[in-house]
Amino acid sequence: MNAWGYVTVGYVLVFVVLFAYAVHVLVKGRTLSKQVPPENRRWM
Amino acid sequence: MIESEGMVPAHTGSRATRLLGLATLAGIAIVLVLALAVTGPDAVQGDAARLIYLHVPVAVSMNVGFGLCTLGSVMWLWKKSRWWDTVAVSAAEVGLVFTGLTLVTGMVWGRPTWGVYWTWDARLTTFSLLFLLYLGYLVVRHLPADVEVRNRRSAYVALLAFVDVPIVYMSVSWWRGLHQTATLSLSSTISGLMLFTLVLAIAVSLMGFLWLLIHRFRVAWLEDEVETAGLDLAINERRAEAAVMEVSTP
Repeated sequence: MNAWGYVTVGYVLVFVVLFAYAVHVLVKGRTLSKQVPPENRRWM
Repeated sequence: MIESEGMVPAHTGSRATRLLGLATLAGIAIVLVLALAVTGPDAVQGDAARLIYLHVPVAVSMNVGFGLCTLGSVMWLWKKSRWWDTVAVSAAEVGLVFTGLTLVTGMVWGRPTWGVYWTWDARLTTFSLLFLLYLGYLVVRHLPADVEVRNRRSAYVALLAFVDVPIVYMSVSWWRGLHQTATLSLSSTISGLMLFTLVLAIAVSLMGFLWLLIHRFRVAWLEDEVETAGLDLAINERRAEAAVMEVSTP
């Protein structure tokens, strides 16, 4: 594999992992939000 | 801005996170163009050096994450504040993701540069220890225990784990090894467009980190609310059972 191959692997890996983690967090947030009454959803 | 009850959304987003998210995406696009197309190859490492615009930013974000985890832990030990404890656990988890990415991008960069994916160099060894320490923090966090006991245990683990952070940073100065010295320092040779791209990539990475941290914080807060509600329900049910038994006992 040449240098560009490693560069591509690196960039694809990072963005796939971050995207997957972001989706996981957002989906978890939606699921939990539905279980918590609106008055308890304020986190500040 | 405080919304009325009916307007509180059933998700962890807000106007601020939407703006931050859009800005981050725009920044990522600009960095990708600069990193992959506009900047030239490095004089020594060639095109493999383009991984610097990935590896260094995620490493910087990781350090910020663990710094926040430590700060949150100290503040919890001092103030017993739920808010700070939630900051600590959220920062640790997001920081751990960035730690894993730093390790992997380092390995991918190491192959064309050093000829190997891994070596027990001081930087890599102390870094992998850091990953394990914060993984341990999250494990301790999930051990069954009273909330105050759980928070105290994890705060102490966070303080212990943070000892490794400066060791990781100084490892390239204290010991000789394959890993290059700090990219951004007074004596570094990176300059011009490469330096600009690297600094921009770090800024964008921190924005992305912050976006993830805010959402993860809100998820952690909701998890606590659900757990508390579950405990309250269980206690009320037990009280109701006890009341029925009292009535039915002659």
